[in-house]
Amino acid sequence: MNQKIESASLHEKDVEKTVGKLLRTGVIIASLVVLAGGVLYLKKFGGLARPDYHIFKGEESSLVTFNGIFKGFFTAKPAGIIQFGVLLLILTPIFRILFSLVAFAIEKDRLYVCITLIVLSIILASTFGGLNI
Amino acid sequence: MSILTFTIILILGAYLAGLVGSLTGLGGGVVVIPLLTLVFHVDIRYAIGAALLASIANSSGAASAYIKEGMTNIRLGMFLEIATTVGAVIGALIAVYTPTNTIAILFGAVLLFSAAMTLRKKNQEALTEGSKWSARLKLDNSYPTPNGLVNYKLKNIGGGFSIMTLAGVMSGLLGIGSGALKVLAMDTTMKIPFKVSTTTSNFMIGVTAAASAVVYLQRGYMDPGIAFPVVLGVLGGAFTGAKLLTKINPTTLRWIFCIAITFVAIEMIYNGLQHNF
Repeated sequence: MNQKIESASLHEKDVEKTVGKLLRTGVIIASLVVLAGGVLYLKKFGGLARPDYHIFKGEESSLVTFNGIFKGFFTAKPAGIIQFGVLLLILTPIFRILFSLVAFAIEKDRLYVCITLIVLSIILASTFGGLNI
Repeated sequence: MSILTFTIILILGAYLAGLVGSLTGLGGGVVVIPLLTLVFHVDIRYAIGAALLASIANSSGAASAYIKEGMTNIRLGMFLEIATTVGAVIGALIAVYTPTNTIAILFGAVLLFSAAMTLRKKNQEALTEGSKWSARLKLDNSYPTPNGLVNYKLKNIGGGFSIMTLAGVMSGLLGIGSGALKVLAMDTTMKIPFKVSTTTSNFMIGVTAAASAVVYLQRGYMDPGIAFPVVLGVLGGAFTGAKLLTKINPTTLRWIFCIAITFVAIEMIYNGLQHNF
């Protein structure tokens, strides 16, 4: 009986460690992409005057839609690469939820599979609900 | 000012924001907004976009270290994320209809509250009697202390859940992690030992911020020229902060920070009342 509890909590510790690694890896990859885009951005535009950030204009469509950002990234546009890194950063915690969902499913913890699914669907609803703005 | 100079100064500023944010546990976002608006005169909407990214970077970066120590209660975090993500989406929707000056005043008020919370008496006691719901939701857990593992139980789950929803709304509206409100819910209401509540709060900030970040990204609040120095600077500062935290005594630092943040809060409220945003 005791052994059973121990192995269960050992398994849980492994899951927690993987969650930690996942978050760190996501942040590191995202920041490397942002850094690469940033260096290119400074090389190209560093000498220009600072844009009028005190007036809010919003970003052009190539920087606010998934398609636009992917296109910018694959055509190596500096702003597109930065924005792709930004997207990876936002996706990192969402991937963490997906991973937890699988982990709870393996543990056969139905209650937490449900809870995780609720959180996931709220985030996905906010993602796809706002797409056509 | 050229783009290059702006970038360099902003990286340094964001580095300090990340450092202060991780040493005080408030996250980088809280410092990024006044830095961008009051110092660089950037529109508060761009500042909110950048602060959300700073919150995600800070939370995900630091969470990995805390999880390793076994302090974070992942089930509790997941359960309360229902409240914070719903709140965050509501907050991001209200933000469109809220005048920027009102947002600035609200931000100042939250800053004052956060300053007071960093000085509060912390809950060290672990409850041995929990509520029925805490057991039913499997929220009772244990955490490591110098004297071995200590078991703790929770109470007032409903009350904590409601405050968490409010924390989510503030997070979605202002672009910050709302760490202070999250700790209020867990530490003061649900009676969780503060080491567990601070690390679990930090763990949740990433998901909460991500829920509203997508909305803000699509609304054009996230500018690459601001995002790039802010993300890199805050991350660097947060890593240094995490290393420093074990070496220095944060009590003195908390006091200095509280006084500084009170001035910043008054400045934000004053400028908001003068319609400067």
